[in-house]
Amino acid sequence: MKTLKKKNDLLYFALRNTKLRIGLSVVLFFLLLTFIGPLLTPYNPTDFVGPSASPPTSEYWFGTTTFGEDVFTQFVHGLSSTFLVGIVGGGLGTLLGMIIGFAAGYKGGVLDEVLNVLTNVVLTIPVLALLVVISAYVKVRGVFIESLFIGFTAWPWAARAIRAQTFSLRTRDFIDLAKLSGMKPIKIVFTEIAPNMASYLFMTFILMFGGAILTAATLDFFGLGPTQGTSLGMMMNLAVLWSALTLGMWWWFLPPGIGITAIVGSLYIMNVGLDEVFNPKLREM
Amino acid sequence: VRRYFLRKLLIYILTFFVAVTVDWSIPRFMPGNPVSILISRAGLHGSAVEAMYNYYTGVFGLDLPIWQQYLNFWSALFRGDLGISIYLFPMPVTKVIMSAVPYDVALLLPAILLSWWAGNKFGAFAARSKKMDNTVLPAGYILTGTPYMWLAILLAWAFGIVWRVFPIAGGYSFNLRSHFSLLFISSLFMHWFLPFASLFLVQFGGWAIGMRNLIIYELESDYSHYLEALGAPRKLIRSYAFNNAILPQLTGLALQIGVIVAGALATEVVFAYPGIGYLILQAIHNEDYFLLQGCFLFVVIGVLLANFIIDIAYVIVDPRTRAGMQGAA
Repeated sequence: MKTLKKKNDLLYFALRNTKLRIGLSVVLFFLLLTFIGPLLTPYNPTDFVGPSASPPTSEYWFGTTTFGEDVFTQFVHGLSSTFLVGIVGGGLGTLLGMIIGFAAGYKGGVLDEVLNVLTNVVLTIPVLALLVVISAYVKVRGVFIESLFIGFTAWPWAARAIRAQTFSLRTRDFIDLAKLSGMKPIKIVFTEIAPNMASYLFMTFILMFGGAILTAATLDFFGLGPTQGTSLGMMMNLAVLWSALTLGMWWWFLPPGIGITAIVGSLYIMNVGLDEVFNPKLREM
Repeated sequence: VRRYFLRKLLIYILTFFVAVTVDWSIPRFMPGNPVSILISRAGLHGSAVEAMYNYYTGVFGLDLPIWQQYLNFWSALFRGDLGISIYLFPMPVTKVIMSAVPYDVALLLPAILLSWWAGNKFGAFAARSKKMDNTVLPAGYILTGTPYMWLAILLAWAFGIVWRVFPIAGGYSFNLRSHFSLLFISSLFMHWFLPFASLFLVQFGGWAIGMRNLIIYELESDYSHYLEALGAPRKLIRSYAFNNAILPQLTGLALQIGVIVAGALATEVVFAYPGIGYLILQAIHNEDYFLLQGCFLFVVIGVLLANFIIDIAYVIVDPRTRAGMQGAA
C-alpha cells in the first residue's frame, strides 16, 4: 500500500515535470519516426533514385545528395543506427559499469584497488582516438560491432560513480542485517543495494545512451562508420567529403545534425527532469 | 600530497604503457596480415609485390619473435622513431606530427580554458534565477548535445558560405607562405577563429549546465541553509557555493579532456585545419597506418599531460589535498 502510494507520487511529479515531458516527447517522436519513416519512403538509403543535388521537393522531402540518393530515406534509416548504438553501446557501458562498480564497492580490499587502477587507466585513455585506430584496421564494420566497441570503452566513469554509491550503502544497517541472515553477496547487491540506487542507475543509462550516440557520430564522421547501411554520422561525413558546404547543399548536412542534437539534447534535459523527480530537494521551482 | 602524486603518476605510466601496447598489438593481432593488406591496397603487381612484402616485413620486424618485436617497438619509441609516413613519403611520422601539433595547441588550449572559465561563471550566474533558467538551460543542453563537427559545419556554412566573413579551409590562406608578417598572422587568426568558436561553444554549454546544477546542490546543503539562517548576504553564500562547486568541475575537466580532444580532431576535419585531426583523416584515407598509430600516441601523450596539469591545479585549488589528505584517486 505504502509503496503503491510512493509510486503514484513519483508518477505525479514525473508527469508534472516540464523538462521530463519535453525531453521524453522529442525522444519518442524520433523513435516513432525510426519505425514509421521507412514505411513512408519507397526507396532504399543507397539507391540512386532521383535527380542529383535537388533541394527539398514534394517528391524528395529532404532533397537528394550529389549522387541522387534520397536524404529523407537516409535520415530515417540512419536514425535506427543511432538508436541501436545508444541502446547497445549505452546498455553495455552501463552494465559493465555496474558489474565493476558493485564488485569494487562491495568487496573492497585488493579487488577494489585492482579495479580502481583499471578504471582509471581506461578513463585516461582518449577512447575515441583508440576507437579510430581499431576501426581503421577492421575491414568489415557493422553498427552492432561499433556499438560493442563503444560499450566496452564507455564504462569507467559509471563504474567510478557506482562504486562510490555502493561504498556508502555498504555500511548501512539493512545491509548488515541481510549479511547476518546469510544472504549471498551477489543477492545482497541485486536485491538490497541496486534497488536503492535504481534511479541513479537509470539516469546513468540515459547519459551513456547519449554519450554512445555522440561517440558513434564522431567515429562515423571520420569515415569509420558501418561499411554497410547508413548512419547520421556517415551522412555528415559524405556531405563534407563531397563539399556540400561549398555547394550550399544545406539539406544534406542539416538533417543528420538536427537529429543527433535533438535526441542527445532531449536525453540530457530528460535527465535533469528525472533528477528533480527523484530528488525532492531540487524541485522547488 | 606526495602519495597522491605518486598514485597519479603510477596511473599515468600504466596508461601510457597500455596505450603503447595496444598501439603495438592492433596491427599484429588483427585478423589478416597487415603487410598483405598494405600491399593489396597499394595495388602493386608482379615482382614489386615481393619486394614490398620483404620491405614491410622488415619494417614491422615481423620475422622476429614476438617479444623481440615488442622490445624493438619500445626502443624505437624512445628514439622518437615512429616509422615513415606513407602519405607524405619519405617524411618520418614524428616530423609530420610535430608540424601539426602547434595548430592543435593553439586551438585547444584557449578553447578549453576560456570555455571552462566562462561556462562556470555563467552557470553560477544563471543558477536559481527563474528567467535565466528557462532560457539558458535549454540552450545549454542543446549545445552539449551538439556533435562538435556538426556545429563546426553549421558555423562554416553560415559564416563561410552564406555571409562570407571567415575562410573555411586550411590553417592560413593558400596564396601565402608561412612567414612572420602582419598579413600572415591575420590570416592565421581568421582561419583559427571558426574552429575555435565551435569548440568553445559546445564546451561552454556543458560547463554552464554543470555549474548551474552544482550550485543548486550546494545551495540546498546544510551549510548554505545555516548561513541563510544566520542572515548572511546572498552574495556571500553564493560565493561559498561557487568555491565548493569548482572542485567537481575541475575533476570534470580531467574526465572530459579526451572527449574534447576528439571533438577538436573532428572539428579540424570540417575546416581542413592542419592539426592532428586532419592528419588522422588523411592517414585513414591513404591507409597510412604508421601515421595513424603515431597520431594516437601523440593524442595519448597530450591527454596525459593535460591530466597531470589538472592534478596540480586541483592540489592548488583544494586546500584539503594540500593539507596532506589523500585525494580520491
